Amino acid sequence: MRRWRVASRAGLPRGEGPWPWLAAGSLALSLLMLAALLLLLAGRGLGHFWPAPVELVTLDDGRQLAGQRVREERRQTLQGSPLRERLYRTGNRDLEGDAWRWVPVASIATHEHPADWAVIERQRWGELIVRPLALEENGRRLTEAPLWESFTARLARVQALRVERDALRRQVIAPLARHLAAGHEDAEAQARLAEARARVGELQAAMARDALVVESAAGERLSVPLEEMVAAWRPNAMSPLQKLAAWGANLWHFLSEGPRAANTAGGVWPAIFGTVLMVLLMSVLVTPFGVLAAVYLHEVAPQGRLTGWVRIAVRNLAGVPSIVYGVFGLGVFVYGIGGRLDEWFFADSLPSPTFGTGGLLWASLTLALLTLPVVIVATEEGLARIPAQQREAALALGATRAEMLRRVVLPMALPAMLTGVILAIARAAGEVAPLMLVGVAKLAPQVPLDGDFPYLHLERKFMHLGYHVFDVGFHSGDVEAALPLVYATALLLVGVILVLNLTAILLRHHLRMRHARLRSR
Amino acid sequence: MSETLLSRASGARPAVIEIPAAASCLAIDDLSLRYAGQSALEGLSLRIPRHAVTAFIGPSGCGKSTLLRALNRLHDLNDEVTQSGRVLLEGEDIHGPGVAVAQLRRRVGMVFQTPNPFPMSIYENVAFGLRLQAPLKKRRRDEIIEWALVSAALWDEVKDRLHDSAWTLSGGQQQRLVIARTLAVQPEVLLLDEPASALDPISSLKIEELIRNLKSRLSVILVTHNMQQAARVSDYTAFLEGGELVEYAATDDLFTNPRLARTEDYITGRMS
Repeated sequence: MRRWRVASRAGLPRGEGPWPWLAAGSLALSLLMLAALLLLLAGRGLGHFWPAPVELVTLDDGRQLAGQRVREERRQTLQGSPLRERLYRTGNRDLEGDAWRWVPVASIATHEHPADWAVIERQRWGELIVRPLALEENGRRLTEAPLWESFTARLARVQALRVERDALRRQVIAPLARHLAAGHEDAEAQARLAEARARVGELQAAMARDALVVESAAGERLSVPLEEMVAAWRPNAMSPLQKLAAWGANLWHFLSEGPRAANTAGGVWPAIFGTVLMVLLMSVLVTPFGVLAAVYLHEVAPQGRLTGWVRIAVRNLAGVPSIVYGVFGLGVFVYGIGGRLDEWFFADSLPSPTFGTGGLLWASLTLALLTLPVVIVATEEGLARIPAQQREAALALGATRAEMLRRVVLPMALPAMLTGVILAIARAAGEVAPLMLVGVAKLAPQVPLDGDFPYLHLERKFMHLGYHVFDVGFHSGDVEAALPLVYATALLLVGVILVLNLTAILLRHHLRMRHARLRSR
Repeated sequence: MSETLLSRASGARPAVIEIPAAASCLAIDDLSLRYAGQSALEGLSLRIPRHAVTAFIGPSGCGKSTLLRALNRLHDLNDEVTQSGRVLLEGEDIHGPGVAVAQLRRRVGMVFQTPNPFPMSIYENVAFGLRLQAPLKKRRRDEIIEWALVSAALWDEVKDRLHDSAWTLSGGQQQRLVIARTLAVQPEVLLLDEPASALDPISSLKIEELIRNLKSRLSVILVTHNMQQAARVSDYTAFLEGGELVEYAATDDLFTNPRLARTEDYITGRMS
């Protein structure tokens, strides 16, 4: 043992045969695979948000198309000769029926990168890749120059108006409407509601003022209201720094907004929120139960055959496939407890269920059950590591058993309990299978935490990053659009789990260092 | 050799000095203890003098630590221990029905072989026993803590860092801290289970000096396997072997003029 340590410190282990090399090799291989996985996710996922240049392609037959190059593939034609085809993202789904075009490379006559072509992201129908021609105000053609700067200024104005409108709807109209719907006869509230609605109408009208006239590569012209646009940029005219800024903005939209277009566009904020909230709720539920169970098993219960069997059963529970927990959660929590709750407290809204359907609470409870063995085992190991001398010291000072537990044993076992919670988080954050049965939804753009009483809506369905990966990857109509989002979402899931785990690890480190830190002073 | 010893052991009656009941704090009366069916102590009877240091010596496994732990009922935790006989603290049976074990352990404090401060600050370590009792005013508590640390000859070394972790102290300081922690609850009897055996010679000398100073306030029982230490520190010494009390006498008498051959063999190193 000692020799091995000395040898490894010197660099290369010598004269010990192939074993050190084998061990080092397998470690290196594991690290390499992990790095490759993260690189793949990062490259494919994060590259999606980079504003790629727009190519204006002229084909042999004179037709033109504009799009962003995605990739090339080599295919066999029916005659057997190989054919290289290039995929372009052309956008303009409403004009051309499809947002993607495969073009045989051989049929491309010329391609150029004209600076004035723009990519415009819309609320609906995906992107437009077009050449802006002119601005319209209330249907009247403007001749403001320069066109692009004037357009971006007007787009910023529309977005500011939208923020104001949404805030008004969320903060003023919705509470007032609920107040009135609850049966209050309140003239002042009605007046304020009417006033706010009128203001929203004004804002809507102001937003609808401007439009941009554009022309597609196929020569079609259309007028796009600025109100429909999310963002617009001219990749070919941007400096690398501007592209980086646009990339950051796109990434931010991905992180901070809700999904659009059947999850194939927009962001994943509700899924991030749902994942984190579910994991936190799970931790809050599992920690007290797991710790109490471990304390009972290790400190209170008379040690004998029965406790031995209980231990074996707990350890085996950790190996039960997660979908089984999902079925259990569905049967017991959702239909059993949830159905009963509905009968007792929410009978008014039956047959539409309140708690008798999957939701945040049931998903968290199911995962808490799933991770319970992990917490019990880790806590019990922590309790077993506390030296008997510490216990005896407390007893010898006149502490009762309960005082000894509370003042000495449990504080010392705290890092071990946190280790259990860390392991539980790592396990729970990645689980998808049981969630499908007990509460995850394809689309739930409203996060389950808001300003309405009781603020945390445990009965609501929620979105989850893991399920989002599955849904976007396998259930979306537009595979090409979904693919980069799958990578990006998977990377995000890894990131979220990492952050959750790091938080718990730092907390544990802080607890452990409380005394060691003083030592170094 | 061992056979002759055994035959002598079973034949000879122990030579026990009689301490007057009025001058003794603890009386052990025909105490036997079995651990998982194995006999660990057999029919021990002796009285421990008040305000003196009494040492228990004997070879490893002779039962001296077992006897010590029987005096503050630490064996209660272990289901495999069965006990007979009586231990009287100031005339009261410690296993009596009216005795709360936590209360007993406050009166009979104990310090263990390895220093075992809690993972708290120095101050909180000494305050631990106090906090278990009725709440005190902070000033009164501070006074007791200072007094305990002074009594344990540690105050000067830690008075400027009371709120540092106790684990920053050296081994010898930690052991004195543990003694201060025990003193803070003001016990009548202090049990020391080889308190210096894990320490370096200088730290161990400090502990010995401390023990000698403590006997003016309370009665000290010291278990040690170090005969020089017993000779230096204690007033009375009991020699145990194989779970039996062999000889109990004033320390000077026991080491200079043992009455039994078994004792003489042990202290002169003819068996170990």
